[in-house]
Amino acid sequence: MSEIGVGHYITLSAILFTIGAVGVLTRKNAIIVFMSIEIMLNAANLAFVTFATAIGDLGGMVMVLIVIAVAAAEAAVGLAIIVAMFRHRETVNVEAFNTMRG
Amino acid sequence: MSGIAIAFWVLATIAVVTSLLVITSRNPVASVLFLVVTFFCLAGLFVTLHAHFLAAIQVLVYAGAIMVLFLFVIMLLNLGTPQWFDVAGTPLKLLALVLGLAFVGALVAAGIGDFEPPASGPGAGVDPDILGSTEAIGAALYSAYYLPFLVTGLLLLVAMVGAVVLARRER
Repeated sequence: MSEIGVGHYITLSAILFTIGAVGVLTRKNAIIVFMSIEIMLNAANLAFVTFATAIGDLGGMVMVLIVIAVAAAEAAVGLAIIVAMFRHRETVNVEAFNTMRG
Repeated sequence: MSGIAIAFWVLATIAVVTSLLVITSRNPVASVLFLVVTFFCLAGLFVTLHAHFLAAIQVLVYAGAIMVLFLFVIMLLNLGTPQWFDVAGTPLKLLALVLGLAFVGALVAAGIGDFEPPASGPGAGVDPDILGSTEAIGAALYSAYYLPFLVTGLLLLVAMVGAVVLARRER
């Protein structure tokens, strides 16, 4: 309890990742599903930074920068898809986006 | 408790509570604002890990750029009110809760909290303040990791073009 170690950060990362995953499962609003994905990406970032600091390797920190860039790209493209779907369906309900269901 | 420990517990608590509010709040605008608070807490946690540059980038890119994009889309599509279809039914909610608790339980039981950094080997004696500095990360980006860095730039270009093409009104 007194000393904060790697385990504390990794456990927090696991909790945040799970919260994001539960959000993806329980929400039907496409925008909030995207926000849950951002929470999961951030949980992964926290784990990367923790291990990079713990083992003294810069690779984890560089990976976080790349993950942030991927998150930005994902948010831009994803929100553009939401805008395009909203024009067709007048809703952001993910259950309405079932055109490709087999 | 040391200052780092107090900072960790405060920031971790706020991060978990606000991220829970993100996925439970009915109002999308409230969700976005809670998510901004979560990102600020994570930036603070990066500071406690001596990753000062990444903390600054986290605030600039996530809390600044990405969340503005979310707010902009919500305002543009006029989705600032709770949506009738939004939350899944009780069975799915319970299932997600059980699966989530089981997942965290499995991870903790598997011992993810027991990791010990190696006492010897490469990088064992590195000063964390130097490791997370802007200078060290910049030097790594332009030397050992230059190819991933270039590909990231290409990815951002492709995403920009893709977003413009997708959001364009068809004629």
